[in-house]
Amino acid sequence: MAPATQRPVRRTAVGGALPRALLPAILVWLPLAAVVGGALAALLARAPSLPLAELWQDAYIRQVVRFTLWQALLSTLLSLTLAIPVARALARRPRFPGRGLLLRLFGLPLVVPSIVAVFGVVAIYGHGGLFNRALSLLGAPPWQGLYGLPGILIAHVFFNLPLAVRMLLPLWAGVPGESWRLAAQLGMRSGALWRLIEWPLLRQALPGVATLIFLLCSSSFAVVLTLGGGPAASNLEVAVYQALRFEFEPGRAVALALLQMMLCGSLAWLLTRLAQPMALAASAARPYPRPDQAALGGRLWDALVLLLATLSVGLPLAAVAAAGLDGPLTAVLIDPLLWRSTLQSLAVALPAGLLALAGGLSLLLSSRRLRLRCHRPRWAEAVELSGSLVLVLPPLVLGTGLFLLLMPYADVFALGLTLVTLVNALMGLPFVIRVLSTPLRQVAEHHDRLCASLGISGWRRARLIEWPLLRRPIALALALAVTLALGDMGVIALFGSQHTMTLPYLLYQRLSSYQMEQAAVTALFLVALCLGLFLLIERGIGGRERAHA
Amino acid sequence: MLELDGVEFRYEDMLMHFDLAVAEGECLAVIGPSGAGKSTLLGLIAGFETPLAGRVRIQGCDVTALAPGERPVTTVFQEHNLFPHLEVAANVGLGLHPGLRLSPAQRQQVREALARVGLAGLERRKPAELSGGQRQRVALARVLVRRQPLLLLDEPFAALGPALRREMLALVDELRRERGLTVLLVSHLPEDARLAAARTAFVANGRIVCLGPTRTLLETPAHPALRAYLGAVAEV
Repeated sequence: MAPATQRPVRRTAVGGALPRALLPAILVWLPLAAVVGGALAALLARAPSLPLAELWQDAYIRQVVRFTLWQALLSTLLSLTLAIPVARALARRPRFPGRGLLLRLFGLPLVVPSIVAVFGVVAIYGHGGLFNRALSLLGAPPWQGLYGLPGILIAHVFFNLPLAVRMLLPLWAGVPGESWRLAAQLGMRSGALWRLIEWPLLRQALPGVATLIFLLCSSSFAVVLTLGGGPAASNLEVAVYQALRFEFEPGRAVALALLQMMLCGSLAWLLTRLAQPMALAASAARPYPRPDQAALGGRLWDALVLLLATLSVGLPLAAVAAAGLDGPLTAVLIDPLLWRSTLQSLAVALPAGLLALAGGLSLLLSSRRLRLRCHRPRWAEAVELSGSLVLVLPPLVLGTGLFLLLMPYADVFALGLTLVTLVNALMGLPFVIRVLSTPLRQVAEHHDRLCASLGISGWRRARLIEWPLLRRPIALALALAVTLALGDMGVIALFGSQHTMTLPYLLYQRLSSYQMEQAAVTALFLVALCLGLFLLIERGIGGRERAHA
Repeated sequence: MLELDGVEFRYEDMLMHFDLAVAEGECLAVIGPSGAGKSTLLGLIAGFETPLAGRVRIQGCDVTALAPGERPVTTVFQEHNLFPHLEVAANVGLGLHPGLRLSPAQRQQVREALARVGLAGLERRKPAELSGGQRQRVALARVLVRRQPLLLLDEPFAALGPALRREMLALVDELRRERGLTVLLVSHLPEDARLAAARTAFVANGRIVCLGPTRTLLETPAHPALRAYLGAVAEV
């Protein structure tokens, strides 16, 4: 039974481990470099002919840049000023009827396509919407200011208020029970708790959260395109699209795309500096009720804040459901156009989601090996970061590059679905990495040695150990990537045509031609499809059994 | 039975150097302050760490270049000895076949091993449904089915209460005599060494500073580092 010395040596020095660890990442980097590099080269090839110095003199471009930053700043401030009291109210009230439902409601905007949310916002605050009907009941004149900055802000708050709440809420779990006990013993009231315990905690996380929201809002496309538009209310993403698709001025599109890239690049750089690794583990100490739960003023305030948040997230969604059910259901549902777009959407979303999952898993496999076997945490982080490249090169910029790259050689509209799939896969990658990074690492940290000592490796390890422990996060990652692609109204705007029509693009066309009744049914159909597919993938692949310890 | 011959390893700034010989059927305790290199020593023997220089020999065979799964060694860690999603029987069965393809005879072997460590009838439980002591018993059952001659215990009972720890050490001692195992027991408690090991090694700063009969080592500590480590405990 003693092992013979002449047996093949499988594990030797660390020298061979590094290339092996990098291999999965390289398999992702090659196609990534081809797509991103091609797009970037096409953009830069045109850049020298641009009078870059004169760009800043161009009043239109200056206006667009100013609006991009202004609306993003306001959206961020609004979302955060609302999110902080909401998160605090949820943290202060760990148990009330409907709390679970409310948290689930706050999870919805991640799955709801932006173009559907736009429809919901219009249905509430638009011309004949609920808001104006309420005004007319009060005898006030109707509000017609939705289009432009106000509409954009409302829609951005719809998406980013819940996002901020979900990012901030776990921070409270990091307060040790002893702190609350001590505060109770010292007789601290709500204000003192905020100043001494809660604000110091939030202050560390806020810059990261704010930068992320600013980044998302500054490169927001569908919302700004539909609710803004025009030189006075366009951001860089929308201006790129308009320059390429309507004015057909590739030079200007390139200039705007490069500006957008610089903006996102610096924000993304800031984000990597500011974002704190979120410690999601709850403290081991027994939870202790905070001493300011009983005060009546606080109760009323929390109730008001939660009600407001519920309305700002729930109303647009309810409006989508109500208007959709009220619309010409049969007429829209038997329309072959709807089903053709559905098929094309699925043909984009499923491969894009799978590509994102495969790419994300490969990158994470590399980073895990680099971190744990080769002891190179810096390299590991760099590998994971490479999956978030799309944050620096937003979809429209990437799309513009690909458009210009392929235009001389091929019919870009015929290639439309393929290009949209590729860009959507890239967009899903950061989500996949975010969801899977920690679980994948934990499996290795807990079980690597045991697996090695029992000789469990390769396919056996994947089947017996990794899959059962990771199927839930894998299912969640895939569900997110697929629904994201299914609801995306971004690059499809560049490549869409009579023949290339996804559901979100169809909805956009109906919205922009004011076919509100058809739009209502389409919006409901799209959001139902997204939710249905999300649940199907999450439950179907992830299984129903509860999570393992 | 086990020989470490000039084994060197670098952990951050600490250069470690180990020479050690352990006889067949012996139980050697390894004590020392945390961060001294106790677990690294076990890792080098089990193959989790690759030495910079030196050889590790088990039963006369050079295993330095072998993967952990190819060495005649079983390790029991302080935690994470079991896969949380697998039943107790499967966790033990992995010691017989890393792909869990077990013959009826092997299943019987698993049942017997579980009965031997006092867990008869708990085959279908998940690790989360067991107490800390029971989880370590499952790990010991796997030691039995693996039938490897060298058992490395990396503070496996540190999280258990005193009575339970003594009980588990007694079980390890019985199994060692029954199966003729050679055991290395890493602990930070001198009492563990006194209970289970005839000889004890004291590790500090990545080296085995002294090695000798447990009683002598603990009662008349010669080395100043060992005296500092034992502190008041020595007088008890």
